[in-house]
Amino acid sequence: MERSIYKFVFRYSKREQVFILLFTVLSLPFYYVSLDIPKLIVNNVLSDQVTEADASVAGLDLGMVATDQDVRSFSLFGYDLLDMERLTLLAIYCGMFLLLVLINGGFKYFINVYKGLLGERMLRRLRYQLFSRIMRFPLPHFRRVSSGELIPMVTQEVEPLGGFIGDALALPFYQGGLLITALIFIFMQDFWMGLASISLYPMQGWLIPKLQRTVNLLGKERVKEVRKVSERIAETVQSAEEMHANGMARWELAEFTSRMGRIFEIRYAIYNKKFFIKFLNNFLAQLTPFFFFAIGGYFVIQGSLSLGGLVAVLAAYKDLQPPWKELLNHYQIREDSKIKYEQVVAQFAPTGMREDEIVVGEVVPEPFNGALTTSNLRYDEDGEVLIDGFNVEIEPGQHIALVGGPTSSKDRAVMLLAHLLDPNSGKLRYGDAEAQAMPEVVTGTQIGFVGPSTSLFSASLMDNVIYGLRQAPKGPRDYSDDAARKKMERELGESAKTANSADDVLADWIDLERAGVENREELIEAVRRGLAVADMEDDVYQLGLRGRLDPETRPEAAKRLLEARSLLESRLLEDSYRGLVEPFDRDAYNTNATVGENLLFGTPVGDDFDLDRLPENEYVMSVLAKVDLVDEFLSIGHEVAQTMVELFADLPPDHEYFGQFSFISLDDLPEFQTLLRKVERDGLEELEENERLMFMALPFKMAPARHRLGLIDNAMQDRLLEARRAFAEDLPESLKGSVEFFDHDLYNTASSLQDNILFGKLAYGRAQAQAKIGDLISDVIENLGLRIVVVEVGLDFEVGIGGARLSSAQRQKTAIARAVLKRPQMIVLSEATAALDGSAQTTILKNIREEFSDRTVIWAMHRPSQAKNFDEVLVMADGKIVEKGTYDELVEKKAVLADLIGAE
Amino acid sequence: MSLQQDVELMRNIPLFAKIEPSKLKLLAFTAERLTFGQGDLVCKQGDEGDSAYIIIDGEADVIVDTANGEVTVATLKKNDFLGETAILCDVPRTATVKAKSDLETLMISKDLFFQLVGQFPSMSIEIMRELARRVERTTVQLREAVSQQA
Repeated sequence: MERSIYKFVFRYSKREQVFILLFTVLSLPFYYVSLDIPKLIVNNVLSDQVTEADASVAGLDLGMVATDQDVRSFSLFGYDLLDMERLTLLAIYCGMFLLLVLINGGFKYFINVYKGLLGERMLRRLRYQLFSRIMRFPLPHFRRVSSGELIPMVTQEVEPLGGFIGDALALPFYQGGLLITALIFIFMQDFWMGLASISLYPMQGWLIPKLQRTVNLLGKERVKEVRKVSERIAETVQSAEEMHANGMARWELAEFTSRMGRIFEIRYAIYNKKFFIKFLNNFLAQLTPFFFFAIGGYFVIQGSLSLGGLVAVLAAYKDLQPPWKELLNHYQIREDSKIKYEQVVAQFAPTGMREDEIVVGEVVPEPFNGALTTSNLRYDEDGEVLIDGFNVEIEPGQHIALVGGPTSSKDRAVMLLAHLLDPNSGKLRYGDAEAQAMPEVVTGTQIGFVGPSTSLFSASLMDNVIYGLRQAPKGPRDYSDDAARKKMERELGESAKTANSADDVLADWIDLERAGVENREELIEAVRRGLAVADMEDDVYQLGLRGRLDPETRPEAAKRLLEARSLLESRLLEDSYRGLVEPFDRDAYNTNATVGENLLFGTPVGDDFDLDRLPENEYVMSVLAKVDLVDEFLSIGHEVAQTMVELFADLPPDHEYFGQFSFISLDDLPEFQTLLRKVERDGLEELEENERLMFMALPFKMAPARHRLGLIDNAMQDRLLEARRAFAEDLPESLKGSVEFFDHDLYNTASSLQDNILFGKLAYGRAQAQAKIGDLISDVIENLGLRIVVVEVGLDFEVGIGGARLSSAQRQKTAIARAVLKRPQMIVLSEATAALDGSAQTTILKNIREEFSDRTVIWAMHRPSQAKNFDEVLVMADGKIVEKGTYDELVEKKAVLADLIGAE
Repeated sequence: MSLQQDVELMRNIPLFAKIEPSKLKLLAFTAERLTFGQGDLVCKQGDEGDSAYIIIDGEADVIVDTANGEVTVATLKKNDFLGETAILCDVPRTATVKAKSDLETLMISKDLFFQLVGQFPSMSIEIMRELARRVERTTVQLREAVSQQA
């Protein structure tokens, strides 16, 4: 990368910079004329007497001539063009003024947009370069640098550079030009006055940068501190669990405080210095007029300078100030930007970066044509030799186990073999190709690697499993019409202008051939097989049961799930399932559902009809009013409150029943007690609106079958059915999307697969209902061959940030499935199953060895005894191979391996 | 079945006879009503147990697995309680209980059970009496068995 920001600017925006400059210069004449016209109007049209002196005060030789009252000369740039009526002339000048205002505005608009565009393009290029360098960082570097440091550098720290780049050339030239013009004018009036006006410039030019440099150093310091703070915050977020587990909040806060303190100190010092510079600048600027009056006044009294001349110089000096200020300001920004750029770039050049051709080299990945061989591999980290004299030869199809204690560096060894780390010396060959020069696309295709812990991407499970198939775009983007095609071309054209990636992220990236399939259905089947090898298929099935399916995109699946619903319905009539489920029926009250659920008779979508907050919803209350249930709800609520207070008032506050059974939380209990006393005194009618709502909210949570308070009797149930009908019929358009009603013949998008098949409520108080019905649902799904549909829905599961919504075991299994799916020639595992339970470990070990029976397996084992039955076992200690042979041989030898197994 | 009915029902169970009505109401509200279909297992010999049951309606067989196969040792009826041994002395279920007809029970969790026993001495006495009856019955049965073998 370019070492300084100017090199960067000139390398990538020479033409644009010159263009901005030219355009700025081109705009100047118009600007001057527009400044001039007011004077022309005053002098030529409005004033009675126009003198030569007035014109020269204005600093422009307008060549105006005294004329008679009504006919004036239309003159521009000192030329009298035409004599005309005074009013006509006024109209012409005003028209010209308006036109010039427009032209100037247009120039300004165009130049600003162009500058912004240029700045943004350069910023985009810079960010892309920085990010692509992250891709090239050697892996161990990620242990030294945190995302908290990298993120602000790529995002907000470089942000101001964009603004600077647009001004990099144009501003100094433009403002410099203005400054020089004004200076020349002053010098022409009087040499000594000229000298006086610039007398302090050398002083300013020398002192200010000197002071500025100390400010800049502090600025650098501040940037570093802020970066550390963001690193610290990122760290705290990541290790929130540890923080809480150790009760470390106090220490963390103190630590954060000290960092904030440091930033504060620096900022304060910056303010002191910065505003002192400002003070100095202002003082010096005011000092110059002092010289003018002192020296100029002296000359005027001596008679060697006219008073008019002095006044003109003073006026010109006023014009001198803005450009000078702009230049100094630009200088400060320039210094800032230079530092920022250099600082950022320095952070993105760690030693051992991989070459661009290795990381993004585009080649067709050919299979390796022979054994994996290493000769004298040596690998250092932070000056410590971790692997030394490492020699192996692994024939294609061989299954190799690496075992060793915690200091054996077997993890580094397998990473070297998988081309994830670069050795400091020695050679690694795949067949006759050397690994060092091999693009990652080749090793990424032919080698599947699974490390001890895997971080997933925040996407669906499916996306995570097929991640390895997305190495390169396979076909163009699917655009629907001409407008979409144009949009795509514009996007790609724009990224080409800034040397960004030429690949279209919306193109079809999935390499079906890699997975050995021809279409999406087969791909899903292959993914399922991969998941089965990783012992994850059942996990995904369970996720699917709890997941949702969109019938719009998968109408066939939705239809088959409805079949499952009917089959389950008929099976529920069997004796052993009788009464375990109360199905949803539009015309029947569901006694196992709460009043709220019965009223809604559907699944809420979004927050409008959140079941816990139903009483707060205005529409719900209006429905109750319509069917005349308000008073009933109030009196039922009152009765519930009475019962609850009676039952729970004497219990100790920490009693578990409050959590389990009460409608009223412990916190609200006293409030209800007060309310009940009020009702006893004044009656229900006297309650305030919010007090009424407190009572009315209670019945919503009641389910007759569960709470058995006898308050929702048959008559009440009929009234609630009426309310249910009213709710659905009058639902306003704006709320239509907020609830998905239960409909026996329709798939419910908002409910889970399981709930769709069940289409009812499990009965309360029926022994083992949940287990029995769970088994029945599985049975129905198997019977109809729907397991694949459920798994597919499970694959849509969003895994969360870093895969946090899956267990660590599931993340590992996902990584294994990913490696299996892309059908590599060789699979390399580094303690990949350590996070799993014993039986899953055994299953996966067996599955992988079967799946890769004719391909290479290299496995760094966390338990040496698992190395049994491998073709060869390499025993490592302190970065060296100390034993080699079959498991039985080495056990027989009773040396290192035997000790390791003994210590297991 | 409403809460009030439950309370009435429970009042007729000797075990709860002397408990004041407001506590009985709380008990009815917190104890779970559990229905078993005919043939369902209420508990299985050897399993961990964390609740006791009071039969409200229906009958259940108590079956013990012996070396000679399953033997039905008793039939429980309305107002009988079962499952208390496992939660009293933390041993696995000592017998299998199978619903002979459709069976209505009141399930009392271990925590609730100990709370009740602690709060209501009358209940402890009632349970002691029942346990003593069972010991006496077992002794009689054992005596008969021994004399038959002899």
